[in-house]
Amino acid sequence: MTASTAEKAPPAGVPTPRHRRSRIRRGQVIAPLIFIAAAVVLFALFFVWPGVFGFIYSLSNYRGFGVPEIIGFDNYTRLFGDPEFYSALGRTFIFAGLSVPLHYVIPLGLAVLLTTKFARGQTVARAVFFFPWLISPIVNGVIWRWLFGENFGFFNYFLSIFGIGPLQWQTNGELALVVVLIAGTWGGTAFTMLLFIAALRNIPKSYLEAAAIDGATGWQRFRRITLPLLAPTTFLVVLLTTIGAMKEFAMIQALNGGGPGTENVLMVQYIYRTGFERGDIGYASAASMVLMVILILIALIQMRFDRKDVQ
Amino acid sequence: MSRAGTKTGTATITEPVRGKKKSVAPGTILLWVLVAVYAFPLLWFVLSSFKPGSELFSLPLSILPENWTFSGYEAAWSRFNFARYFMNTGIVAVVTTALTVLVSSMTGYALAKYKAWWLNVFFMCVLATTMLPTEVIMPSTFVVIRDLGLYDSLPGIIIPSIVTATGVFMFRQYFKTVPDELLEAARIDGVGEIRTFFSIMLPLAKPMAVTLAIFSFQWRWNDYIWPLLVLNDPNQYTLQIALRSIVGADNIDWSVLLSASVISLLPMIILFLIFQRQIMSADMNSGLKD
Repeated sequence: MTASTAEKAPPAGVPTPRHRRSRIRRGQVIAPLIFIAAAVVLFALFFVWPGVFGFIYSLSNYRGFGVPEIIGFDNYTRLFGDPEFYSALGRTFIFAGLSVPLHYVIPLGLAVLLTTKFARGQTVARAVFFFPWLISPIVNGVIWRWLFGENFGFFNYFLSIFGIGPLQWQTNGELALVVVLIAGTWGGTAFTMLLFIAALRNIPKSYLEAAAIDGATGWQRFRRITLPLLAPTTFLVVLLTTIGAMKEFAMIQALNGGGPGTENVLMVQYIYRTGFERGDIGYASAASMVLMVILILIALIQMRFDRKDVQ
Repeated sequence: MSRAGTKTGTATITEPVRGKKKSVAPGTILLWVLVAVYAFPLLWFVLSSFKPGSELFSLPLSILPENWTFSGYEAAWSRFNFARYFMNTGIVAVVTTALTVLVSSMTGYALAKYKAWWLNVFFMCVLATTMLPTEVIMPSTFVVIRDLGLYDSLPGIIIPSIVTATGVFMFRQYFKTVPDELLEAARIDGVGEIRTFFSIMLPLAKPMAVTLAIFSFQWRWNDYIWPLLVLNDPNQYTLQIALRSIVGADNIDWSVLLSASVISLLPMIILFLIFQRQIMSADMNSGLKD
């Protein structure tokens, strides 16, 4: 009756009483239930419940108190006629589109430099590159705000030595976005860099040496061997940084508050503002649902690419 | 090197061809230029915090303070209740981290070592949470936290942050590498499933637990969005929220802000110095790839 456990459990010669066997089997159903119970409850409370209610709120005029009244898809029609929403959505895409390549190329370059034989002082260098990981997004924002102050910042002072500027890092929307990109890349390098270092170390040296014998140049070896072998890490990094960029919030809050004006307000900040500063939970939930659908689409598209890579 | 040579199998390739001896100079220079670029923002920031207010904005700017002063630190320390912020943030970070390690290890273990259709379903759910961060559904999550009576309390930050997909993955991968024979031997000896986990498996997974603990602590120490939504009473403020209240002021007192920010970094720096080796050698891939 207990085919699978009976096969495994008793080594030859050890008599196993049947009741004990059934107890073991029962334990194998109950134990995992106990192990995952806490995670299941928390998952239900903080993912399923908000997910379901988020959708319901998005169809209502809920303002955070009283009974939500269902108003159908009004929030969505309002949303799609709201220039602020389009601006936030557009900025989020631009930000993600620019920051993902930066988050890929720079940490990968650093990881290669830190694992190559042709550079010295790697231990210290790694600690320095790693340091921004310790710094909270809020302080990260403050640091770059301090550096890029228009009247007092180091950068404008530095440029003024060469007779350039002052550049309007805070009042020009495009320049403000550049600062956000720089700050985000600086703060996000460490984690991705460690991922790449671990992946680079896992590449068998014999592959690269064999290619070197065949006369492949350093770049060719990187391009033809290292990069393809990094594919799983690449996929992971692109997925994580896309999601990270889509939910960027704290750093921008401290850096320029989405300014100038609302030009660099990204989606999460838009949701925060409508939901919590204006108390429009229903409307903010509709925006949340749109962001959720976008994230799911991005994840699905990236997974398709991943599968293609593997084959 | 020589091992790699023999690995290729052919007797002719015992000595890998080196080609021309490459110089380490270009790589080293590039590396250290990048080090300077990465170090500068923080260095400038920390050095500025030791400048007196008058020197902060006076041109020409100089890297080193002319008159070193702690006045910014004194002002920040007296104006803000750092002791309380440290305590609040510390409680949140420590408690959440302990619970995260416990829940992640149990869940990861169940997903790695037991087979049932509902475990697969739950694993898919955990996978989904990596792609759908809670920030995305924060209005309704806020309502849930409020309806559970957790608003304006530290548990309101702690409880929603316990389950992280990363933690579950890390342990799942780790326990997959533990041989099943060990578990079966325990079963034959009549050790209960739960006891097997706590007295055999969890101690085995200590390196993973330390890695996750360090990461979790950093996440919670630097967390911003949930404390911002959940906390209202300044006595409950975490460090990041308190800092943000200085940044959000109409007229930023830079002298205070710089010093307060530097103070807020100290615990993480101390943690880093203690756990440097574990952090830098953490093979994060083991937890994140399948």
